[in-house]
Amino acid sequence: MTLLLQYTIIFASVLMLVALGGCFSEHSGVINLGLEGIMVLGALGGALVMKFFPADGNGFVLFILTILVAIAFGVIYSSLLAVACINFKADQTIVGTALNMLGTAATTVAVKAMNTKINPDDVSSTVKYVEAKRKFLVNIGNFEFNWFMLVAVICLVASYIILYKTKFGLRLMACGEHPQAADSVGINVYKMRWAGVLISGLLGGLGGIVYITAGVSEWKFENGVAGFGFLALAVMIFGQWKPQRIAIAALIYGFFRALSNVYAGIGFLKALNLPGSLYNMLPYIICLIVLAFTSKQSQAPKAEGIPYDKGSR
Amino acid sequence: MDAPYAIEMLNITKKFPGIIANDNITLQLKKGEIHALLGENGAGKSTLMSVLFGLYQPEEGIIKKDGKEVKINNPNDANALGIGMVHQHFKLVECFSVLDNIILGVESTKHGILQKEEARKKVLELSKKYGLMVDPDALIGSITVGMQQRTEILKMLYRDNEILIFDEPTAVLTPQEIEELMQIMKNLAKEGKSILFISHKLNEIMEVSDRVTVLRKGKYIGTVTTAETNKEELSKMMVGRDVNFHVEKKEQNLGDVVLKVDHLTCASKSHKGKTAINDVSFEVRRGEIVCIAGIDGNGQTELVRAITGLEHKGEGSIELCGEDITSATIRERSLKGMSHIPEDRHRHGLVLDYSLEYNEVLQRYFEPEFKKGIFLNRPAIREYSDKLIDQYDVRSGQGSITIARSMSGGNQQKAIIAREIDKNPELLVAVQPTRGLDVGAIEYIHKQLVAQRDAGKAVLLVSLELDEVLDVPDRILVLYEGEIVGELDPKKTNENELGLYMSGAKRQEA
Amino acid sequence: MKNLLKKDGAQSFIASIICIILGLLIGFIVLLFINPSGAAEAIITVIKNFLYYPSGAAKMKYLGSTLVKTAPLLMCSLSILFAYKVGLFNIGASGQYTAGTCVALYCALKLGWHWLPCLIIAVIAGAIMGTIVGILKSKFNVNEVISGIMLNWIMLYLCNMVLTSVKETTSPYTYNLAQTNAKAVLPTLGLDKIFSNNQYVGIAIPISIVFAILVYIVLEKTTLGYELKASGFNKHAAKYAGMNGKRNIVLTLAIAGALSALGAGLFFLTGFEQWQCTTSSVPAMGFNGIAAAFLGGLHPIGAIFSSFFIQHITNGGAYVDKTMYCAQISDLISAIIIYLCGFVLFLKMSMAKIASKKKGGEE
Repeated sequence: MTLLLQYTIIFASVLMLVALGGCFSEHSGVINLGLEGIMVLGALGGALVMKFFPADGNGFVLFILTILVAIAFGVIYSSLLAVACINFKADQTIVGTALNMLGTAATTVAVKAMNTKINPDDVSSTVKYVEAKRKFLVNIGNFEFNWFMLVAVICLVASYIILYKTKFGLRLMACGEHPQAADSVGINVYKMRWAGVLISGLLGGLGGIVYITAGVSEWKFENGVAGFGFLALAVMIFGQWKPQRIAIAALIYGFFRALSNVYAGIGFLKALNLPGSLYNMLPYIICLIVLAFTSKQSQAPKAEGIPYDKGSR
Repeated sequence: MDAPYAIEMLNITKKFPGIIANDNITLQLKKGEIHALLGENGAGKSTLMSVLFGLYQPEEGIIKKDGKEVKINNPNDANALGIGMVHQHFKLVECFSVLDNIILGVESTKHGILQKEEARKKVLELSKKYGLMVDPDALIGSITVGMQQRTEILKMLYRDNEILIFDEPTAVLTPQEIEELMQIMKNLAKEGKSILFISHKLNEIMEVSDRVTVLRKGKYIGTVTTAETNKEELSKMMVGRDVNFHVEKKEQNLGDVVLKVDHLTCASKSHKGKTAINDVSFEVRRGEIVCIAGIDGNGQTELVRAITGLEHKGEGSIELCGEDITSATIRERSLKGMSHIPEDRHRHGLVLDYSLEYNEVLQRYFEPEFKKGIFLNRPAIREYSDKLIDQYDVRSGQGSITIARSMSGGNQQKAIIAREIDKNPELLVAVQPTRGLDVGAIEYIHKQLVAQRDAGKAVLLVSLELDEVLDVPDRILVLYEGEIVGELDPKKTNENELGLYMSGAKRQEA
Repeated sequence: MKNLLKKDGAQSFIASIICIILGLLIGFIVLLFINPSGAAEAIITVIKNFLYYPSGAAKMKYLGSTLVKTAPLLMCSLSILFAYKVGLFNIGASGQYTAGTCVALYCALKLGWHWLPCLIIAVIAGAIMGTIVGILKSKFNVNEVISGIMLNWIMLYLCNMVLTSVKETTSPYTYNLAQTNAKAVLPTLGLDKIFSNNQYVGIAIPISIVFAILVYIVLEKTTLGYELKASGFNKHAAKYAGMNGKRNIVLTLAIAGALSALGAGLFFLTGFEQWQCTTSSVPAMGFNGIAAAFLGGLHPIGAIFSSFFIQHITNGGAYVDKTMYCAQISDLISAIIIYLCGFVLFLKMSMAKIASKKKGGEE
């Protein structure tokens, strides 16, 4: 049961981080369907640090460096979305989808090239970081505390404050609700939307590294992040674009995701003798059902998905 | 040292490809005056304002503030010069509070955290000083349109703007609200603010303004002192000729009931839990034009949606030619002889990316005439469309194959009217059919409506324009807060009486 | 030239060519980064694909292999462009494709059916998948992109679960189709002879091309297409005109689902590949279909060529020197091309601007 709790919290952390990322982007008026790709890039950035960081190095430095590089990868990658959707008014759905495919393809090519260079016989797309990962964990009894859990909580609180208590948040949300209104009071809508997308890159990249270190100690990049970016979007919708509700939604989804990792260790679930694929499906099925019941009264930002054009008022 | 003018726009010329939107226009706004800018749609009022706000750069002419020439390159420059505007479509964020909307863009912070207390104090003070009672904590989405407009005014005052521009501010207001707005404007002027009031409503201009500048087709016609002029002169300046909106009609030949609305009640779309139409009953017969008159937002939209089938959640029944159509689909209503000229031609009336010919068969593409088996009969569609274009004088670049988006507003409306009338309907529902069109197109459309009546059809006209209400129909039903408060004969009534009914000041008991 | 730039078709074509050239160029730069010495050769290998073989017979044979995989890709791209014309983004094409795979292979391998009923039931399965997305969208207001993605993953795990029952004991792959149930293999109609006896080349290729033409006819010539496209352009006007918007959403996605699933049937019933029951990512076919649909200018006939091109470079990726590069370089190029397709509108507008400027200058 402790294991279930531990996995629930770490997966919830991932979903919450990425959903908060989506939340910032959508509040600024840009639908970020590319979160999946951004996670993959963040994961790659973090994983590379963990792989190449000296084994006897300081754990804290490693932790900070991993986070910073994951964030940097996510932010830089998200700028591809920003430039296309904000400056060139491209279709946000196409660009988001392209970023997801590009994320997986680019990281696969990069990791394979790296692996092959190190060892010509290694054509896998896997990065291993067993040792480094251990430094992120603290055992509290049976519970394996992961420092990323704390980071997620900090991000949650920070997101709440930024969105609701600062000038930036007020302006950001104005751009997602009524960009013409924001423009009319001298707010640069393009800049705010850039900021929203880049923050989603930051949180998405961070979510990526947390995800691939959550349950395992190596990652095969050919698989991307298995639709987790989209689960996070569902969490965001379920959370009605509000940080506090996103946190609760993330815990619920995290629980179902955790089940697929630990069902074998839970007596009565094991006794049911259901195929493992069923547990794999569970978070997605729950997601569909929940969406069916929550999408009717959506409180989505009104102007999301619509490119802002200064000319048309 | 004090220059007499707060802002001057001198000899402004602004050209767009193929059109001169502003041709040597001069507008001088004195300090502390209320100055009206009068002109029809397309006269160049909004282009001139865009120039003032730096959205467009004029080819010729200069702008002076307090006698000194200034350059305005973007709206921020205009704001910095103390110019503020209440737009026709409010620039308010619905899910924000009044206070948040007011401070947006000029927020004060401490350690990065928003400080709203000071702002709240200032807003309350301003609100009191100018008689604008608005609750700063109310959400925009939950307050009335009049209150929203006051929020916009507070936005300007909070920024200490000296030059206040009101763009068609009364279109969305109830008569009481208009009355109050006039008072607020007078108060503002008394406190030394300079006000520019854009409108085409002569009564309001006569009531509130000190001077009037008139534009017509992009040209400057003149500036007159309100006290020294009258409505007739102003309207002549605005339109360029003696206006005779009078529509020629034949003797009425009243026939059977075509549309019967019986005890209809509809829920409101914008305000949950309220009714937009409350127990309304009326009939429209063959050979008559019935006009639903009223201030915008008194239930017209919901009434039309219920009659045409776009939406109906409520009670009561609707009959078309004796058949109950209360729960019929839009298509069934169309096939039973209902035509609908919609309020919003871009949203509902046309598929803008389709060609003109495809738009002309929008409700009829499935009829045997226009298809062969499962296929569209393109030659038949082309032939039909060419016929309509010819008959209704729809002008477009490439005839039938023109993409609807590239046509002018007037011709788009003509295309819709051609389609709806050529369906040979029993009932024609026309919702603000002349909105945003120039005088020539308006006359044309009125003639078409009358022709339908004379041909023994029933016409239901929904209009916000008093001239249209008084001129076109045979009968007027006044809608106020979702109820029919009066039935008037246009020949026997006048603007004043109509106004009393529309404002709810007077009502006939059923 | 100036008149050419004004035509929509020409604009689309030029925009696609620009996307391809830029995509290949960026791919080349990536190769240079990985290993400059073999980059030029590698990118040429990707572009050459089957032309890499020296003999004419081998060229034909491997052209055949590319065509075998082009057929399902074309079906997926038709699925996506059909939905897109109605204003829907069918990202669930992959899941519908997986559903088709699952049902077709189960009926062929487990139940021993003939190929035709296998195909038909696959189509039905895909249509049901599409219908689910359609109902979620029209009745429950669920964004079709999110529900499509969720169904992709659900279907992947379901397919793995179901097809495990027809799996080889020693490998994660399903049984060999020709050996298990020869009558489930699609007929070749002698086409295999043309392609140097490539046994997998057959009826699937002409069928997919016929469907491209059918999609074109339905969209452009029929009343159904008229109605669906009107809904895609302006759903409010479609409602005003009495069209049943909700029914059209469901119908469109059902058709789109059927098209993707037919693609899966047309591919797996050739026996060219077996399904791997431990597959851990959603088949790329549905996503590459997005690339093909947009690269083909969202035109069904254009999709035939763009699908071939995408499959051509995807296959070409398999021939790069594995000691330096990996086959996914092709996926990378496809992904870049889709990304660039986001700029097509901008490119077309620029072209129109250039065209009108030239015109203005001359007159």
